[in-house]
Amino acid sequence: MYGFEALTFNIHGGYLEAIVRGHRAGLLTTADYNNLCQCENLEDIKMHLSATKYGSYLQNEPSPLHTTTIVEKCTLKLVDDYKHMLCQATEPMSTFLEYIRYGHMIDNVVLIVTGTLHERDVQELIEKCHPLGMFDSIATLAVAQNMRELYRLVLVDTPLAPYFSECLTSEDLDDMNIEIMRNTLYKAYLEDFYKFCQKLGGATAEIMSDLLAFEADRRAVNITINSIGTELTREDRKKLYSNFGLLYPYGHEELAICEDIDQVRGVMEKYPPYQAIFSKMSYGESQMLDKAFYEEEVRRLCLAFEQQFHYAVFFAYMRLREQEIRNLMWISECVAQNQKSRIHDSVVYMF
Amino acid sequence: MVIEFTRIHQRVIWSCSISDRTGSVNHLLLRKTEKETNQIHSYQRDREKMSGVAIHASSWGAALVRISPYTFSAIGIAISIGVSVLGAAWGIYITGSSLIGAAIEAPRITSKNLISVIFCEAVAIYGVIVAIILQTKLESVPSSKMYDAESLRAGYAIFASGIIVGFANLVCGLCVGIIGSSCALSDAQNSTLFVKILVIEIFGSALGLFGVIVGIIMSAQATWPTK
Repeated sequence: MYGFEALTFNIHGGYLEAIVRGHRAGLLTTADYNNLCQCENLEDIKMHLSATKYGSYLQNEPSPLHTTTIVEKCTLKLVDDYKHMLCQATEPMSTFLEYIRYGHMIDNVVLIVTGTLHERDVQELIEKCHPLGMFDSIATLAVAQNMRELYRLVLVDTPLAPYFSECLTSEDLDDMNIEIMRNTLYKAYLEDFYKFCQKLGGATAEIMSDLLAFEADRRAVNITINSIGTELTREDRKKLYSNFGLLYPYGHEELAICEDIDQVRGVMEKYPPYQAIFSKMSYGESQMLDKAFYEEEVRRLCLAFEQQFHYAVFFAYMRLREQEIRNLMWISECVAQNQKSRIHDSVVYMF
Repeated sequence: MVIEFTRIHQRVIWSCSISDRTGSVNHLLLRKTEKETNQIHSYQRDREKMSGVAIHASSWGAALVRISPYTFSAIGIAISIGVSVLGAAWGIYITGSSLIGAAIEAPRITSKNLISVIFCEAVAIYGVIVAIILQTKLESVPSSKMYDAESLRAGYAIFASGIIVGFANLVCGLCVGIIGSSCALSDAQNSTLFVKILVIEIFGSALGLFGVIVGIIMSAQATWPTK
């Protein structure tokens, strides 16, 4: 019953919630980002990061540091935190935490299939995969020729199997179909996650509904913008939109027929939360859209911590860490390539 | 064969009528001696005079006044300590699990936040104290006076006192526990918040104290009839 979670949540979830809030206190603040933006080279960045929670992960790295190493080690911290929480969790929290990784699994599957299509080495691709999305038979993905084989050989044993019901065609895998496959899988995953959270009820359902609805709407806008000018038909485009969220169903009808960005803006400005995002951009500009969406996402994720005794703090923490790793990657790249004037283009400040 | 028990008097005298298929009725009257019967009759009249109610109306109220006041007293004492300890334990685990998790990243909070656990524990102590006070209020009364209005009142007073203290301490323990959990988590992020949230906890723990005060006042009513 909503409102009385405080009575029984701490039996199974009290310790882990306190741990995740401790991790949240270790996220980088605006002052940390300012320090990092002043750095001259990657060694300075490593020195500044050694004062944060990333210190123990970076201290043993040898001297010619690459940006990929920094990103890799920071991701390792995220994975360690996640695994520590997962092994201590009981049902239903463990299922909830597992759901957080399925998005990364989908990204890894698409990465390997695309890489194989472009004749890359499987081992090299596996090293590029996100560690949270690894599963045992991932190397076998390189063997598959079309989607039905992909499903039959590899994915039927993974947790992604139920998401494939709309994807099973015998078409060969090419770039367009892979993108469609990625979006179809992600749509099924989001809907499944949404239903699971609704089943949990209480504060978890309310906060996760808001976060997942924003995710679904953001993906709808990105699909629309990326498929303008391609050969994706309107019906196909509409099939890729999730069936929940603020834009469902009338926004989706209108987005499906959009042919350029100004029409998209016209559709989105009818919805007050998104009007604020789109009003920040001047006409004809779409580069800032990504950053605007990230900022809105971060704002909502930080709000999830305002309430106690629910599971959405775990989801919010994982997403905020990922955003932080994206920030660090951008800052490291700018510093390494000596383009510090562009640092503030893409860093999203959290606290 | 139909066996029908009818009560003739409110004590143990029953009339057992056994009728067989022929329809003839044999009355088997189990009764005490004539003298006791008369005594019981006069007892019933006295009670009717005292209470002014027709005691032998078949109603829930009639059943209730026939339960021994010692039963009510014993249940009251059990509830006073049992439910208080339930509240204290509930509050302690709510606070304790959050405190342990938060102390991993912020070890400085442990000693200060034990106050929340102590407030929850105080609730259990109130329950023990009131249970001890209540059990000193129990006295023996002779069996003739056991169902007097005065002894029923004493039994009900102890019962009510136990319920008041038990349930007030249950919700007080819960309240202090939940606030203690939030206090530990907030203190880990920002140490200036601790004292402010502690004030909320103090108000919460006053609820248990209200229950104890009223319970002790109620138990002062528990005067059994003198011999």
